[in-house]
Amino acid sequence: MSTHTIRVTVNGTEHEAEVPARLTLADFLRERLDLTATHLGCEHGVCGACTILLDGETARSCIMLAAQADGSEITTLEGVVAEDEDLHPVQQAFWDRHGLQCGFCTPGIIMSTLELLREHPEPTREQIDDALGGHLCRCTGYVKIVEAVEQAAGELRRSRA
Amino acid sequence: MKPAAFDYAAPTSLDEALQLLAANDTAKVLAGGQSLIPLLNLRLAEPELLIDLRRVPGLNEIARQGNELVIGATVRQRQAERDPLVAEDAPLITAALAEVGHPQIRSRGTVGGSIAHADPAAELPAALVALDGRVIARGPGGERSIPAADFYLGFLTTALDDDEILVAVALPAAPPRTGAACVEIAQRAGDYAACGAVAQVTLDDAGTIAQARVALIGATDRPVRAAAVEEALAGGASIADAARHAGDGVEPIDDPRVPSAYRIHLAGVVTRRALEQARSRAA
Repeated sequence: MSTHTIRVTVNGTEHEAEVPARLTLADFLRERLDLTATHLGCEHGVCGACTILLDGETARSCIMLAAQADGSEITTLEGVVAEDEDLHPVQQAFWDRHGLQCGFCTPGIIMSTLELLREHPEPTREQIDDALGGHLCRCTGYVKIVEAVEQAAGELRRSRA
Repeated sequence: MKPAAFDYAAPTSLDEALQLLAANDTAKVLAGGQSLIPLLNLRLAEPELLIDLRRVPGLNEIARQGNELVIGATVRQRQAERDPLVAEDAPLITAALAEVGHPQIRSRGTVGGSIAHADPAAELPAALVALDGRVIARGPGGERSIPAADFYLGFLTTALDDDEILVAVALPAAPPRTGAACVEIAQRAGDYAACGAVAQVTLDDAGTIAQARVALIGATDRPVRAAAVEEALAGGASIADAARHAGDGVEPIDDPRVPSAYRIHLAGVVTRRALEQARSRAA
């Protein structure tokens, strides 16, 4: 099996690494960089737990090879919180509105919420459904998640105003 | 749930990619990977070599060429979905893209990759067939054009030769007063549909349907043109009457979840809805 030298920027830090061809980006983040907030659920692109931002866009890190990510800029959940705050406003909204129970799916949902609120600061229910439709949650029934996203949208609009 | 071992190459020219493909019997071409890598993770595919097109120049373009819209092999689905030229020249592609997987898939998946993968339940192959588009393929012997009607041979099977790479798809540019829609019935939003339809409708000056193009998603082992529906509309039938012919000549997939009779029923329903939506958008 071939190995490849990749250079990626993850949460603002540059990394150069030697990776085997079959190493997925999710396993690279979790096992090489110890960034274990990115969760692995189904490992075939269905559940959304492994969602990250790749060059600013949400992507499934379990169905992408680390070798394909060469030259990319990646943000994981570890990278969304500013150093001087405990929780990002989106995380705080999930806490406040009980948008999680076991929390396994939450990291991926937060990443998709960040993209949604960047593109649609005042999202409709339909836009929230569309953005989060690719995330499976077996605990909440989704209602609390949608409420959390709406609260986060309001917080972020206020903080920008 | 980890892929079997393989080699990976990211060539910087199409010629190099073609040489690698010709030299390895089990090599697979990688574009966005949103269908291929799940198959690797599930070990349903175990190629010895993946040839990634991401560094091949010139494949990432959307352009109007004569009367056709040409979409290069590595154009991402999200990029095409948001492209105003695609919306104008191929509104059916824009409509179909909105139903492909989820936004997190479309950021990586490519238009050409989905068309070459040939999943019968995928949206873009049906749009290609409905529009009478063509696939532009490059092989060791040069470039050739494959009409959509000849491209799909069966489940995950196309007319591409083992040593050929899809480099672009070309779609006839839509005339004015054209609208399009993609309607699916699936157990969950974003799942592969039990049955779906794509429709593109062009109206004449009087507001009646001058041309309709319809194809079914997930009805058989490949995307299928609903020719009987198009003929009925051309003969002056109403949308509701024409849609009843959606299952004519179709030998549907039969599975316990969606028995064939139910699938044929769904074909009529999604065809009617898609045509109605397309017509309302054409005005």
